[in-house]
Amino acid sequence: MTTEAIAVEEHGAHATSTGLDNRKLAMWAFLGSECLLFGALISGYLLYRSKGVGIKPHNVYDIPYTSVSSFVLLMSSLTMVLALAAIQRNEERKMRIWLTATALLGMTFIGGQVYEFTSFVHEGLSLSANPASSAFFLLTGFHGTHVTLGIIMLLSLVGLSLAGKIGPKHALYVELIGLYWHFVDIVWVVIFTVVYLMPVPKH
Amino acid sequence: MATVTEHLETPAYDGPFRRPTETQKGIVSWLTTVDHKRIGILYGCTALLFFLIGGSEALLIRLQLAHPNGHVLTAEQYNQIFTMHGITMIFLVVMPLGAAFFNYLIPLMIGARDVAFPRLNAFSYWTFLFGGLFLYSSFFLGGAPQCGWFCYAPLSTMGLPTTIGTLFYAIGLQITGVASLVASVNFVTTIINMRAPGMSFFKMPMFIWMSLVTNFLLLFAMPVIAVALFELLFDTAFGTNFFNPAQGGDPVLWQHMFWMFGHPEVYILILPAMGIVSEVLPTFSRKPLFGYTFVAFSGVAIGFMGWGVWAHHMFAVGLGPIANSAFAISTMFIAVPTGVKIFNWLGTMWGGKISFTTPMLFSVGFITMFTIGGLSGVTHSIVPSDYQQTDTYYIVAHFHYVLFGGAIFGLMSGIYYWYPKLTGKLLSEKLGKTHFWIMLIGFNVTFAPFHILGLQGMARRYYRYPAHQGFDFWNMVSTIGSFIIAFSILIFLINIVLTKFKGKPSGDDPWDARTIEWSIPNPTPHYNYLEIPVVHERDDWWHKKYSEDEQGNLVPVVAGASDEAVAHAEHAEPHMPKPSYWPLVAAAALPLFGYGVIFQWALGALGAVVLLVGIYGWAMEPVE
Repeated sequence: MTTEAIAVEEHGAHATSTGLDNRKLAMWAFLGSECLLFGALISGYLLYRSKGVGIKPHNVYDIPYTSVSSFVLLMSSLTMVLALAAIQRNEERKMRIWLTATALLGMTFIGGQVYEFTSFVHEGLSLSANPASSAFFLLTGFHGTHVTLGIIMLLSLVGLSLAGKIGPKHALYVELIGLYWHFVDIVWVVIFTVVYLMPVPKH
Repeated sequence: MATVTEHLETPAYDGPFRRPTETQKGIVSWLTTVDHKRIGILYGCTALLFFLIGGSEALLIRLQLAHPNGHVLTAEQYNQIFTMHGITMIFLVVMPLGAAFFNYLIPLMIGARDVAFPRLNAFSYWTFLFGGLFLYSSFFLGGAPQCGWFCYAPLSTMGLPTTIGTLFYAIGLQITGVASLVASVNFVTTIINMRAPGMSFFKMPMFIWMSLVTNFLLLFAMPVIAVALFELLFDTAFGTNFFNPAQGGDPVLWQHMFWMFGHPEVYILILPAMGIVSEVLPTFSRKPLFGYTFVAFSGVAIGFMGWGVWAHHMFAVGLGPIANSAFAISTMFIAVPTGVKIFNWLGTMWGGKISFTTPMLFSVGFITMFTIGGLSGVTHSIVPSDYQQTDTYYIVAHFHYVLFGGAIFGLMSGIYYWYPKLTGKLLSEKLGKTHFWIMLIGFNVTFAPFHILGLQGMARRYYRYPAHQGFDFWNMVSTIGSFIIAFSILIFLINIVLTKFKGKPSGDDPWDARTIEWSIPNPTPHYNYLEIPVVHERDDWWHKKYSEDEQGNLVPVVAGASDEAVAHAEHAEPHMPKPSYWPLVAAAALPLFGYGVIFQWALGALGAVVLLVGIYGWAMEPVE
């Protein structure tokens, strides 16, 4: 599947020691590193969620609202799977449709996050209000940045496909960006559970 | 080189700029190179340049402290100089020197033609270089960091006359961190996936094992410091209060995060040197590495245990007796795999036919100096004893013994050992041995007195000390020692220059070495291996050269091995990846982001444009 001319430079075309494509292995290694990034951010939030004076993130959560936007983001993983399945069946047009759908769902999530942040700031929870709010915004902001980068990559794939630069030979690219996208979604599952749903103990 | 171009087809014009070709000469060929060997040389030369800068800063520190009430530097200058000395030596010298060896040697030792992602590799180098330049630009743009290499908050975020240095610290280390992270992804992939046929994990040279562990440590330690640095940056630039106790923040969180990165970092610094020593000792003892699997697994054990000892940097913080005891025990435990290695190195030399060449001398120097540093390290693990030692020169003595006596001696050993692979010439043994002995003496004269000063209670980081405290004599001795070290480095540089003009050709296998990188010509051809080797044994090259008779004596293999290159001369030269401008362009964006945060948002916007152009140019570049 991956023995294509475009892969020659990165040595993907040669047989590898593990049989796994270099680029896929590198993506897994990178995602391993990302686990530590979000691990540090999440534990930072858990340590700080009730630190400082004034309004805290858990006072302003709108759980039904965030549940809906979480559902939107999770659905984008489904469309991502469908995009990969489409390109693996040589259906490039369908792949573009599903990739665009994934990007749109991602954008809906980001739009929701922007609205959420704005309303939080409105209620007095600014970035520097207290360590709890700083930790909240740093964590969710980093996640939002990851989703945004994912959207840019998805739209780039769509653009490259429209320009005829990539085709069914390059299903691996869709798979790699898919890996990243699923990872970012899974991290959100953890964030939503740990940050939004877990009760904050009263001191 | 002339024959190479005949095999290449003219690249199809496909991207916004034509991709440079391999025939490019001079400076452009270095700016666009994706060859792991050239990138390794760039890493090495840049690191040595920073070594001279960091060394000059050390001399300034020693001049200031030569006499009581020194007046060479003001307090603020002294703070900047000792901070930049530490940052330079750790992030801009020892780490990139390790990266230089990874770059140059990993593909050669595993029998590959390049790393997994050559352009990404170039991106790592340029990012590291720009990160270093960014850090040093702080001297001209408002003042260098003054907070020590660990930059403890909230001193760094609000306790200093100016916190602009803290911004440079937080962003500069972030940039060099990107370089390390990208490189670690690259090297992990390369080692796991690009080994020559037959080279199973337990046939890899020990340097490759240690590289693998180091790069996994980088992979997982870099994101931790990234989060800590972002929080530090937000506190300094955007008014958050992560580390401000007055607003409910916790300064100890910075220390936890910093040392959770910082202790694996210590092993990131020392493991490459351990790998080098594990290659040099067997070669010059003419014996295989003693207890290969033990050395490999103790390296892996260090990699795991390195994550569970960080709070021994924080015994005096007040974590409480349970936490302190737990970390004291884990710290004593981690000395075990390190001790295993030291005994295995001794076992390698035991009964061997040892020849004390320069690389061998540096390796033996590494073992002895590192052992001294390791022993003083074990004394820190005793909590009550550490209460007395913490923040004194005793600590400074300890980490210079492990990082200079350890890492730098090991890396020097590697430079002397593999120099013929770079240039086809041997560094002068006479000057090399002079370098070694003067450096060994200078090193001990400089840093051994720190043990005494520290136990007498001389505190770290003070820019002056009063007279008649018992500090005067040993400080003077130490200053003299530091100039002896500087003199030895001068000899090293003279050796390099003389070798360039007068050095004799080394031949292909000057040390009668064991590992496969010595089976190809010196200097290394740009494609490394004409034909990818097939590996049958650990120390495969040795077994191609020698076999044993019934009595166990070595017998040279007469036919075959060394003629292999000749036998395959008719092979066409392999097709190598073409150079590229884009890694350089993409890397140039990162310092712009930094200046954008510190000075003017427009610069950050410019950085975003440059990064987008760089990445799209990269992705759209014609591959052939």
